[in-house]
Amino acid sequence: MQTSNRPVSVRDLSVAYHRKPVLRDVQFDAPEGKLIGIVGPNGAGKSTLIKAIMNLLPLTGGEVQIYGKPYKEQRALVGYVPQRESVDWDFPTSALDVVLMGRYGKLGWFRKPKAADREYAMDCLDKVGMADFAKRQISQLSGGQQQRVFLARSLAQDARIYFMDEPFVGVDAATEKAIIRILNELKTQKKTVLVVHHDLQTVREYFDWLLMLNMRQIAFGPTSEVFTTDNLQKTYGGRLTVLPDLPEPVAETR
Amino acid sequence: MSMGLTIIITGALVAASCGFLGCFLILRRMAMLGDAISHAVLPGIVIAFLMSGSRDSLPMLLGAAALGLLCTFFIQSLRSQGVQSDAAISVTFTALFAIGVILVSLYTRQVDLDLDCVLYGEIAYVPWDTLYLFGNNIGPKAIWGVGTAFILSFLVVGLFFKEFKIVSFDPQMAAALGIPVLLIHYLLMGLVSITTVASFESVGAILVVAMLTVPSATAYLLTDRLETMLAISVGVGILSSLFGYWLSLIFNASIAGSMTVAAGIFFILAFLFSPLHGVVTRWLIRRKMRAATDQP
Repeated sequence: MQTSNRPVSVRDLSVAYHRKPVLRDVQFDAPEGKLIGIVGPNGAGKSTLIKAIMNLLPLTGGEVQIYGKPYKEQRALVGYVPQRESVDWDFPTSALDVVLMGRYGKLGWFRKPKAADREYAMDCLDKVGMADFAKRQISQLSGGQQQRVFLARSLAQDARIYFMDEPFVGVDAATEKAIIRILNELKTQKKTVLVVHHDLQTVREYFDWLLMLNMRQIAFGPTSEVFTTDNLQKTYGGRLTVLPDLPEPVAETR
Repeated sequence: MSMGLTIIITGALVAASCGFLGCFLILRRMAMLGDAISHAVLPGIVIAFLMSGSRDSLPMLLGAAALGLLCTFFIQSLRSQGVQSDAAISVTFTALFAIGVILVSLYTRQVDLDLDCVLYGEIAYVPWDTLYLFGNNIGPKAIWGVGTAFILSFLVVGLFFKEFKIVSFDPQMAAALGIPVLLIHYLLMGLVSITTVASFESVGAILVVAMLTVPSATAYLLTDRLETMLAISVGVGILSSLFGYWLSLIFNASIAGSMTVAAGIFFILAFLFSPLHGVVTRWLIRRKMRAATDQP
């Protein structure tokens, strides 16, 4: 397959903070239309990786291509769900307004969102089951509801590739279900989704492909092939035994 | 135009334009950056004054705006190199302000630039300092200066409203969408610098900080919409000017000081009685709810 058909193509990517390397030797070609999980211990560089791909952090080395071109030329094809804690939810604005921000990239300079954009944003809120909360000030939403607003905002971007940074962290069951439903919907539309994920128990259930990361790339491939005890041991090392919230690494023996 | 009206209009324009931009400073948790800029522009004013040899507003405005941007640039650079945010702010602005103080004291004999006037302003003299165009008196200089700054801020923020909004709320998302976050940041800081300097002559360096933060902090307590917050902030600024002038007449006290006190009173009222976030309001609601649940 030609590389230009690859939604995300990463070559020899490395990132450093103040000369300290946080990511190196990352190299993969994401297949189209798959749900791809990114797993690894805390500080493994999972968020750093998606920020580096999206040009939010400077690369120390390597190259990233989105459908065969640099990110800067392909922005319109990429949707983003940042970590929920990255913004101040006391900001004086409504849920619908936040979702509308997803349309800003398509609008360009000096153009205000129009009625059509509002309708589009409203549809996106409806998809995540938040239509009734459109006018609600965002600080009055629960954590899960805030997460769904962020998800709706990325849908409003109408992208082909989505990067989601820990969308499942600290959400209620209803939100988790809504996110899974949206992920599968995106998959049937042949869209590619990369999700930073924490919960090893749900990895097999949620993701077709997996990128295992611990400051460098440990494994990349279909979940059935790479989600093995051996790779988990390499990814989490001795830490797997000290982290109480992690399940048995031996998913195969179940 | 009567003297009192001129003073009230000047004060209202200062408070309105500061309150307008102050909303974005507060939302980005950068209220102290307004403080920093308002102090750091001092050397710019002095240098512009020494170079042009006149007290014309334009060279001073440019000099001060340049220093304001330089100050933001220094803070940004220190921060990105690992200096803590608040430390970066206070190191930068105290250093620049001190340079300004030294410059004033060095050249104070040659020039008629009063440090007290820069620090505290004197809005009472505003009506006499008029501007001439083609030999015609077109009104007080301060009104033209602050008015221009207000219209400029209004136009720029109006044109880039959605960019200002998303950069304030979620800079990472803004960057991912291709919005030049740093450019918008410097645009805001440039406007704050210009507005600060334009307000200088009338209210002085220290009270400008109050006008940048108090009306917008009041507005923040009163609404949950950014557009409404901007409008309320401007409104509170104008009311502070009116009420403050009246206070200054009663107590025969500093006009600029009274206007700031008035703004402070509005803030306290909002803090206590805001229908959304007021301390007393919430207490009353809690008491009512408790009473309701206590009843069998």
